[in-house]
Parts: sequence; structure tokens; C-alpha cells
Amino acid sequence: MLQDKDRIFTNLYGFKSPGLRGAKMRGAWDGTKQMLELGRDGIIDQVKASGLRGRGGAGFPTGLKWSFMPKVSDGRPHYLIVNADESEPGTCKDREIMRHDPHLLVEGCLIAGFAMGANAGYIYIRGEFIREREALQAAVDEAYDAKLIGKNNKNGWDFDLYVHHGAGAYICGEETALLESLEGKKGQPRLKPPFPANVGLYGAPSTVNNVESIAVVPTILRRGADWFAGLGRPNNVGTKLFCISGHVETPCNVEEEMGITFRELIEKHAGGVRGGWDNLKAVIPGGSSVPCLPATTCKDMHMDFDTLRDLKSGLGTAAVIVMDQSTDMIRAIARLAYFYKHESCGQCTPCREGTGWMWRVLERMAIGQAEKREIDMLLDVSHQIEGHTICALGDAAAWPVQGLIRHFRHEIEERIDQYSANPNPDGAVSLQAAE
Amino acid sequence: MSARRLAEIQPDNFSPNRETTAFAKASVKKYPEGKQASAVIPLLWRVQEQNAGWVSEPAIRWTAEFLDMPYIRVYEIATFYTMFNLQPVGKFHVQLCGTTPCMLRGSEELKTVCRKVIGNQMDVTSDGKLSWIEVECLGACVNAPMVQINKDYYEDLTPEILEQILADLRSGKEVKPGPQNSRHRSEPLGGALTLLSDTSSSRAKAKPQAKAKAPAKAKPVAKAKPATKAKAPAAATKPAKAKAPAATAATAAKTKKPRGVKAPKVPDDLKMISGVGPKLEGTLNGLGIYKFAQVAKWTKAEIDWVDDYLSFKGRIERDDWIKQAGALAKGGVDEYVRVFGKKPR
Amino acid sequence: MSDMRTVKIDGEEIEVPAHYTILQACEEAGAEVPRFCYHERLSIAGNCRMCLVEVKGGPPKPQASCALGVGDLRPGPEGQPPEIFTKTPMVKKAREGVMEFLLINHPLDCPICDQGGECDLQDQAVAYGIDKNRFAENKRAVEDKYIGPLVKTIMTRCIHCTRCVRFSTEVGGVEDLGLAGRGEDAEITTYLENAMTSELQGNVIDLCPVGALTSRPYAFQARPWELRKTESIDVMDALGSAIRVDARDREVMRIMPRLNEEVNEEWISDKTRFIWDGLRTQRLDQPYVRRNGKLEAASWDEAFAAIAAKIKATTPDRIGAIAGDLCAAEELYALKDLMTALGVKNVDCRQDGTPFGEKGNRAGYLFNPGIAGINDADAILIVGSNPRLEAPVLNARIRQHWRNNGIPIAVIGDQADLTYQYDHLGAGPETLADLAAGKSKFHAVLKSAERPLTLVGQGAVARSDGLSVLGNAAMLAEQVGATGSEEWNGFAVLHTAAARVAGLDLCVLPGADGGFDTRKMLSAAGKGELDVVYLLGADELRMKALGEAFVIYQGSHGDAGAHRADVILPGAAYTEKSGTYVNTEGRTQMTTRAVFPPGDAREDWTILRALSDALGHTLDYNSADQLRAKIYEAAPQLAAIDQREVASTEDLGELVKEAGRMNSSAFTSVVKDFYLTNPIARASAVMAECSALRRGRKLDAAE
Repeated sequence: MLQDKDRIFTNLYGFKSPGLRGAKMRGAWDGTKQMLELGRDGIIDQVKASGLRGRGGAGFPTGLKWSFMPKVSDGRPHYLIVNADESEPGTCKDREIMRHDPHLLVEGCLIAGFAMGANAGYIYIRGEFIREREALQAAVDEAYDAKLIGKNNKNGWDFDLYVHHGAGAYICGEETALLESLEGKKGQPRLKPPFPANVGLYGAPSTVNNVESIAVVPTILRRGADWFAGLGRPNNVGTKLFCISGHVETPCNVEEEMGITFRELIEKHAGGVRGGWDNLKAVIPGGSSVPCLPATTCKDMHMDFDTLRDLKSGLGTAAVIVMDQSTDMIRAIARLAYFYKHESCGQCTPCREGTGWMWRVLERMAIGQAEKREIDMLLDVSHQIEGHTICALGDAAAWPVQGLIRHFRHEIEERIDQYSANPNPDGAVSLQAAE
Repeated sequence: MSARRLAEIQPDNFSPNRETTAFAKASVKKYPEGKQASAVIPLLWRVQEQNAGWVSEPAIRWTAEFLDMPYIRVYEIATFYTMFNLQPVGKFHVQLCGTTPCMLRGSEELKTVCRKVIGNQMDVTSDGKLSWIEVECLGACVNAPMVQINKDYYEDLTPEILEQILADLRSGKEVKPGPQNSRHRSEPLGGALTLLSDTSSSRAKAKPQAKAKAPAKAKPVAKAKPATKAKAPAAATKPAKAKAPAATAATAAKTKKPRGVKAPKVPDDLKMISGVGPKLEGTLNGLGIYKFAQVAKWTKAEIDWVDDYLSFKGRIERDDWIKQAGALAKGGVDEYVRVFGKKPR
Repeated sequence: MSDMRTVKIDGEEIEVPAHYTILQACEEAGAEVPRFCYHERLSIAGNCRMCLVEVKGGPPKPQASCALGVGDLRPGPEGQPPEIFTKTPMVKKAREGVMEFLLINHPLDCPICDQGGECDLQDQAVAYGIDKNRFAENKRAVEDKYIGPLVKTIMTRCIHCTRCVRFSTEVGGVEDLGLAGRGEDAEITTYLENAMTSELQGNVIDLCPVGALTSRPYAFQARPWELRKTESIDVMDALGSAIRVDARDREVMRIMPRLNEEVNEEWISDKTRFIWDGLRTQRLDQPYVRRNGKLEAASWDEAFAAIAAKIKATTPDRIGAIAGDLCAAEELYALKDLMTALGVKNVDCRQDGTPFGEKGNRAGYLFNPGIAGINDADAILIVGSNPRLEAPVLNARIRQHWRNNGIPIAVIGDQADLTYQYDHLGAGPETLADLAAGKSKFHAVLKSAERPLTLVGQGAVARSDGLSVLGNAAMLAEQVGATGSEEWNGFAVLHTAAARVAGLDLCVLPGADGGFDTRKMLSAAGKGELDVVYLLGADELRMKALGEAFVIYQGSHGDAGAHRADVILPGAAYTEKSGTYVNTEGRTQMTTRAVFPPGDAREDWTILRALSDALGHTLDYNSADQLRAKIYEAAPQLAAIDQREVASTEDLGELVKEAGRMNSSAFTSVVKDFYLTNPIARASAVMAECSALRRGRKLDAAE
């Protein structure tokens, strides 16, 4: 288990003050100026050396991403955008950072902004996080007052930081949809190329990073890239905030070492699976978008990007949703299918039409009112969506369904058999409305 | 979800109040010149706040005109983003998270409560107090199931607690946001298992030395290790499993948990203190606080502790519980009336 | 060229410019790529996902070819050209998948859909779809939206390609349409279902790849395969937009745009498109003669006899002839020919009283840079014109250029919403004089521009000091170097009448030695100094000013002229004759007869030829070919059909000399009501509805 001394978010649970004084006592804003003295390339090299991979789900190396920004401005400003539109079901880690350790984020923004030549940054926080927005804004204001950021600040890099918010749209967590939303439009993802590093916010070079990716940077620089790279497993290093929800004894957020085994994570922090390990049925290891894994494969897996990718799932946001034997898997996935139907922006044909189709079929399957050949049809439809859309929401909608069919096809078949044997157990005519 | 449309009955006009105008002007300044359209979401949001929780058609037009945008563009925004309520909602609008992580922990039962207490989604109760809607993941999954009511999250709910919350809100009682069990935030139930060492105080002490030692070279060095457990106050080292409220772990020298007592045969009715509702009374009892006299004797450190524990942001002092409790302890209702000129509730 | 790239498409190498999209490259290579949302003239949305192709070496998923640039492709490891496939199993599967998604919620109402037979979805479903349906759920139904009297919506059919939204935002410049809501509930609508306000809104009907947006007036009128399609030219404004007239039997059923990059690209205005119901109503289908104060039906002979009697009873100097805005060159020439034969000098083709053709030469009345030349201009000054109402398609071009290149634009005259931003310099001649004197900042802008364009509208010159204004405008153009070089002549007159330039080219103008122009004819007639006035389709006059004169009206519609007339000779409308027109930039074009004129109505030049016979001054041509030979002799540029004869810049010199005192009244556009500018439009119920709608909106705004 990760030791407390190696934890970055020391106020994760908010027992201490999130304010500047408290944050400084916990080490924030210590030696920030010296870090900037490393220079743009120096910082990017450090972040690269630390092996930090983006904490927003895709796991793209953060330092590499920063290096895509033009080295010299062509007259357009550069922008740092922080993606705080945390909406992936199962995920609630950035929320804790913003309300309890916001100064780590603010400090990270200054450093990241400096590293990419940006004098302005926007933090796009989801609309529902009103208290979190207030907390974050308070921290930004404090940092301004203390001349830690802003024009002519103590750290020597002019940097304005603004807190912007959304109003209920999962899709705005997609980086280009976020940019659209930030420009005052509907959150509909843009075509890539051009990539944001060339044409981003207001047509200027921009980089969009997850809250956690940015907030860990100051500590990485303070303690050294080696320290961070020394935690975890090769290519999957550092610490990571895990959100453990669902059927465990004590759901919680916890910062752990990357690559911790699932068993250790659940045992140590979440009080074990509800009803014991034998009661485990399935796990969605990285937020709703990744395929679920059955109990048989997941108990001792390492929780990192590469292991989970090899298991045809993903670490995603490290939001672990645990499901015990009482779970109706079909209904659980159908509910996710509804989520994606609800959150599809409506731009691309496959996602707009396909997400609703999959949800409706799954709703029928949940009561068994389907035919077995429809399982393959559903799988085919999911493949027709996956990879055919502008953004990854199409993929995200398809994967949970594919995971369900891959591992729990038998359950669907049983349900269908049950229903066809006795479609109306009450003798009443069941009129299942389509909507 | 079906197509989101504007309400059929609309007010004739929308005039921004001073706060909204100020907010709008300030918001536009966050974005580069000519990019004022960026402020459309914050503005619609503010407009919704002013307009009793929903966005009216005249308000859409006002927003468009303020930002120099075509009406249809703002209409697109208002219909795209689901947090904009396009029809009137109750004074307390409940957004119930129904996505899988909450569903796994019982959001379906919460929906039943809402249907029973309020009615169908987006119905407003006849007293205008409540309305509800099922929404998608609100990002508090480890505190599932949960709802958002206006600005606050209410987490770790059970059907009974939700029903109580709805009843309390309806009757104008204060309800404490956040987890509704003994959790503080997102730590495991029963107390945090990590971050137990009192890093803040020890680091504060260690810092100057660490800094002095750290040469100002390119690579910042690791900070001094946090204090060992031995150094931390005894209270903080208590294993969390001992069911001590989690907050103890964090309490530094500055604050102090008030001493509790065993439940007396005749506890005082703490609800008589203005600012304490049945829910709070339960919480206080949980801390071993049953008597006015106990509250009356709280020191500043103890007040701070409780304040922090309840995330009250100074309400205990604002409401002056100590004086209230003192009066009630001394002479009951009569004394209270004498001191405050009114009856306790 | 250095910015050319070699790509391999379906195994064949082809070289295309680097800025091409893969879709364009595929087209170039002859590989067909289906698409719905992509449109050459709109921004790229990439949302329909129909145009997916396989790119070798790219990610293992199909790519949207409309959105990926050839320049973005990476060559193979040994520098081989990037390879694209449009016929592989992966592509086929992808197209089938997308097509299936498009169809699951699309209604099966093709038999009652007006798009049937010319529906992209139908065609592509046959070509790229699968023949079975796996969708067992209920189909989505979407409420129809009211978006105006011109465009009918059946929203359940919508496939969310957003072409219409992009058109109205980008080309139309009036942000009416939007995609509200999200996901599968997204729907196209206007704000609160208000009517669209663009003059180009009809184009969304053509853009809509399915039957979601169809023509309201044409609804359930005909099937495309029943229609006889005739390529022709529009006469509603002076652009001469290329159109296709679709007719069944003797009736025009609809009008569609044709492609002409030089003129209208592929857009037409709503007046052009929806005028056709006006071709059926208020028609003059037989001659009339006024007897005892009442117009009575008559035979051609009776009508001619009545005219002959009047003409013989008077002298040529007491006769006048005015030609209207829709006349073709043929009748204009024949009219002038007849009047010359009669010895009449009082002839004018400018019923609005502009001074064109009097001084200087052709360059003094043409849109010299050419309509497509707008795209080359680097600063534009608009004087006395509202191009949005006078020539919406041309205005769209200005907007497009402004949008793409941000050129500075300034206006002297009405301060109207032109769909682009401009500096409003002032309202009238004083501003023009100040600008010419270099007193305005915009003078420097024009001066520093390499290709400044001065657009002069009819509103600036259809006034008593018109010649002086024209002279001042020409002077300004000369000063700022708009007319200095051979390659660029930025002096641009925007006409509003389709007939005007041909009339000026053919010198249908007052005789040099004391012939009356329109203004003088009206004043003379009012004073009883004219006995006979011949109105060839001229309706935009104050008929009361004609006093007691005997009025002959030749034209197609019972409008102002016909009501005043003593004899009516029924002519043909522009869809019923083959006529030569010269547009505002000097491009000669020809209409084609799509249907026959109603009843006894005849092609106009034949009426004049027959009348000449009755008057004893037989014109010496018996066929259109003979007539045209004469015309080409008089004005050789009219022989070059579809060509634009550029005028020499030197011709402007004469005009500059006319720059003199101007009076102080403000310039104001001659088009007050876009929908009712000519007799055909005034006969159209659709145009009347549009006009009423707009007037109502204006009243609302005034409140």
C-alpha cells in the first residue's frame, strides 16, 4: 500500500482547510518560482521523465502532449484548458481535488501554462459542481491576492486563470466539444485534424488536460521525476486517484500506487466486496466507458493502463465500479446505454441513431423480451457505431455493450428463455412502452 | 428524455436585477474581446438563478441581446445543456442521479420516494416547494446514491433519509448537505484509512528546515517526510475502525472535539436552539451532546471543531448557540424569552 | 507545382492540390463517394459519416473523406504515396452501417414525399444500403416546424446533416435556423418557429438531401419525372441567374437554380424561385380596347386599328415609348426600330429615370469588375444601394468574401442589415463628396487597396442629379485607382432591371436631337403635349402623370400599365419566349421558352412586327433569326451568348467630367419591397404573403 508520505493529495478527504494557508502548510506553492526557472523545456522534460500519463481516461503521456504546443508563438495567444467536466459515471476524483486541494490545481495551471507558453488558462468545470466551483474560484482569488498568479506575480510568469463552467453535458468532457462549449456553442466535438495544439480555443494553440494530470505536476517537480517514476509499474507509473463505487463495503476515493492489484485496492480501502469475494460478479474498472470484466479475470489484475488494455478493458479514469452477484448485469448496462443515448450530442449519425437503438434493445433484453439472434445483432450494431464517429463517445457507448455480450451473453440468453417460457407471469398483458 | 422545449406559458418579459447585470458584465470580461459569446452558459445560468430556477423565453432573448448573439444560437444552447430548466421548477429542485453507480446502490428506491412525495418528473408540488428529475451521473459515485438539491449534493442517502430531507426542506428546516451518514466526505465509512498522519502541522514545522537545506538548484528536492505517527496527537492515531468520527484524524491542536456524555435519561430538546433541526440533533447526540449545559460550555476550540465537523462555516457563532444554550440551561424557555425577547422554536 | 500531392486511390495514382479533401481527390479520380452533409459551398461538418473511406497506414477505422485533407495524409515508410480505398469490404460495411442508422428512424413515406425521385437518401439507400431491416423498435416521430411560407417541413424525415443551418448561417447570413436539443432528440428549427427572414431561404430546399425541407408552394403539385425541364435565365433582378424551368403541360410548376460559377454559383433568390404562381394569374391573354371608358376584349385587328387611328391622327413628336424592366433585347430593338420608322424620338428604356447611357460609354453603366470579380476586390464601397434586396445572390457573394477574407466595406446610403459588417459613412451626396475629397478615413482604405470596388446602385442615380452623382462616383473610383489598370476596373453599377443593359447597349434612348426621356415624357404627357404613349411592359411609373394621353400597354400581366391603358396587347412572360438579356456585368444570356404564352398572347417582338404592318411601316424581319442578325449588327456583344464583353476603362473619362453639384437628399435603395418589384411578382400570391409577412415584421420592430 502506498504510504501517506507518497500521497500527493494530502487533503483528499477535506479534513483540513482547502485555503491557501492550509495548502501552503501541506507544501503547495513551495518553490514554484524555482520550478519555472527550469525553463519550458526543462519542465516538459521533467514531466516526460516522470512518465505521467493523462489522468482523464486515454492515458496519453502528458509531457508529450505539452511538447506539441508551438515553441514560438506566431502572434496567436496560447491557452491552457483544464478539463474539469468530470462526468464519466463512476468518477468523482477531480471533484475532491477542486474542493479540498484546489491550490495544487492552481499551481499546476501556472506551471503547465508556463511550460506551453500560455498566459491564460481556463478551467472548465461541470455545471453541477457548484460548490466545487465556488471552492475553486476562492482558491484562484486567493492566489491572485497573494500575487501567485496574475500579471506581475511573484513567480515571474504572467498568467491569468479563469473558472468557466458548463451546464450539464457529458460530451463537453471531450476536449474539442469542451472548446466549442467554452466558445459559447453547443458541445459538439470538432473534426480532427486540426488538433487543438494547432487550432484550439478561439483558433489559437491550446492544450486540454485533466484536473488530476495538472494537479500532480507541482508535486512531481518538487519531489523529482524519479520519485514519481519509481512508483507503480513500468510505463504505468506514479500515484492515481481511484474511485471505488458500487457493491463494496465502504465505497471511497483513495490515492494509490498505479498498478495496485484489484484485490488489494478493494481489500485495503473499500472493506472488500459486499458479501465477500465469492459474491463478486463483475467490475467496470475504469469508468462507464470501458467494458466490464467478470469476477474470474479481475480479482488479481493490476490496475494500470496496459494490463487492463490487454484484458480488453481499460483503466480509463480509474473509476472502479464493483458489482456483486445481486446485480442484474443487463439492467446495469442498459442503464449505461441510456446514459450514452442521453448524452450523445446528436452530431454523427451512428452515435445519434445507434445509442438509442442499443438502449431500446437492451431494455427489452433486460426483461427477456427479445430474440437470441438479436444479441448478435446488438453486437453488430455496437461495432457499426464504434470507430465510425467524430469523437470517442461512439466508442464509449459501444464498449460497455460489447463487454456485456462478451462476458454475460449466457445471462441474456437465460433471460430470454425465461421470458419466452412465461412472458406474463402475472397473467396480465404487459405493455412495455418503448420510451 | 424527449425533445426539450420552452414552457408553454411564459412571462412577458425578463429584466435582469442588479446582481445579474453585474455578473453579466463581469463574466464577459473573462474572455478576449469579441468572444463574449463564451459567457453564454454562465449568463443563462445566472438568469436561471434569478428566475426562480428556470430559463424563460424572454430571458433567452435578453441573454442573446446582451451577448450580441442571434436568438437561435442561445436557444440551441438552452436546449442542448440539460441543466437549463425550460419550465418552472419547485423552490427545491431535486436532481436525482440514476446512472449505474447510483443505481447499484439504490437510486431506484429514491425515485420511488420522489414519485411518492412529489409526483412525476418535472411536476411541481402544489405548494411550489418541490420538483424532481432523474439526471445522469453527478460525479459523486463513491457517495452513492445521491441527489442534488439546488446547489448542494446530498449523499449516502437511504429512502428514509431522502424522505426526511424533502419533508424538512418543505417545512423550512435547515438540512445539512453532504453525506447523510457519519462520513465527512469521500473517505470510507467509519473513518479514513489513509492520510491519518497529521501532515499539515508537522510539515509546517518541518518546512523551514527543509527549505534551508534545499539548495536552490534546478531540481526541487523532496520535501521533508511527514511526521511519524508517534509525533501526532494521540487522538489522531486512533484507528479509524474505532468508529470515532473521521474528523478526529484531522483535528490539529487548534480545534478540539467537545467531550461527550452517555445518553442521559432525559436529554434536552436541542432543537430549541435556533439553528438545530432534528437531523442536527441526531448528529449532536451522536457526538455525545445531549444537554444545553454541554453546549453552553463549549470553548472556542470546541466550537471550531464542531463547526468544521458539520461544515458550518461559522454558523454556530453566527447563530450564537452558546448564548442560546446558556439561557436554556439556566432557565428554560422563560430565561430564553427574557434574553432573546422571543420564544425558542 | 509544389503544393500538389500524389495519392493512390483504389490503386490508381493521381495528383491533386494539397488543400483538397480526400473526397475531392476521390471525385477527381472518378471514385464515387456518397455523402449527405458535405457540400462544396458550405463549411465541413463531417457528421453524416456516409463518406467513410479506408486510408492505408492510418488508424484501423474508416475515415470521413470529407473532413480529411490530402495534405494531412502521411506517405508510406518508403515515401510511397498515401493509399485510399473506396471499394474495400471495410468501406462497404461502414457505408451499409451508416445507411442503416440513417434509415432506422426515417419514415417509409416515400410515396407521399415531394422529394421522391430526386432524393439523395433514396438514391444512396439503393446504391449503398442493405435490403433488410433489423430495427424492431418504434420509429421516432418529430413535430413539424413552421419556418415560413416558402419552406415546408416534415421533420421526421430529417437526417440532421445541418446543411440548412450552415447555409443560413454562412451564405444567407441571417442566423434563423438552428439545431436545437441534442442526441436523437435534436431537431432543426427557427427561434420559436418564426418565419425565416433571408431572401435566399429557398435554397435550403435544394440543399436538403431528404424530404425534410420541401417547397411549400410546390407541395404535392407534381413528380419530378413528369416535368419538362428547360434551362433558362432569370429576370427578377439584373444578375441573370441561371435557372431551370420545370413545366408540365402549359404550366410552369417550379423554378430551380442551375450552376453558373460566374453569376449565381448555385443559389437563386426566393423571388426567382417562387415567382411561378405569378405566371398563372393576372395574365393578359387577349387584346383589349377601351371603349366608353371600359376595357373590352378585342381581336388583334381591332386593337391594331385603334392604335393606327391614334397614331395617324398625331405627329411623331407627340408620341412617346417607354420600355420596362423585364423586356428582352428582341422587343427592345423592335420597339426602337418601329419608333424610328415612325419618326419618334421620344424613346426610353429607363423607366426609373436613371442617366445611364447619356455620357461616357458602356463602362459607365456596367458592373465592370464582374460579379465573380467581387471575390477579387480588397475593399468595397457601396453607394446608394441595398444589394441584399436588389440582388440577394450578389449580396451573398459579397458576404462570403467578407466572411472569408474580412475585407473592409463601407456604405453611403441606407443603413440596412446587409448580412455583413460595414462602416456607414453617411446617407447622401455630401458624404460622397467628402469621400471624393479625401476627407473620410475610408478614402485611405480605398486608396491603399489594390482592387477597390465602388458599387453604385440605382438609388444613387435615379434622381434629378443622377448624372452628377454618377460622375462623382466615377471620379472617386478613378482617384482611388479603381479604374487605373487594364486588369481591374472597380467601377460597378448594380442594375435592378434585367432589361436595362441590353436596352442601353441597343441605345433604346431618347433621340439625340431633343428626344424626351422618361421624366420629360411624363411631364409632357401631363401637360397634354403627348398624344400617344407606348408602354412596353413598363409598370413602375406614376400612371396618373400620363394625363390624357392615349396609352398602349404591351405586356404579360394586368398591372399598373394595363389598368391605365387604352389598348392592351398581350405579350409573353420570360418563361414563354426565347429572349436575349444582358446582365448587370455585361453578360449576354438567353432565355428558352418553357411553355407557350396563354390564350392569344404572343412573343413580344412579333406583336411589334405585326403592329408595324398595321401602321404601314413594316419592319424588315420575319423571323427571330433575322431580327437577331439586325441586333448583332447594332450591338455585336449581344451575339456572344454566355460571354461577358468587358468595357474599356477609358470610357469612364467622359463620365468623370459630369461630376458636379449634387443636391442634398439622401440616397435610398430603389427596392422598397423585395417581393413586389415587378408585375409578375405582384401577381404572385406567394410573393404577396412574403411581403405581408415582412411588412408585419417591420411594424413589430417599429413598436
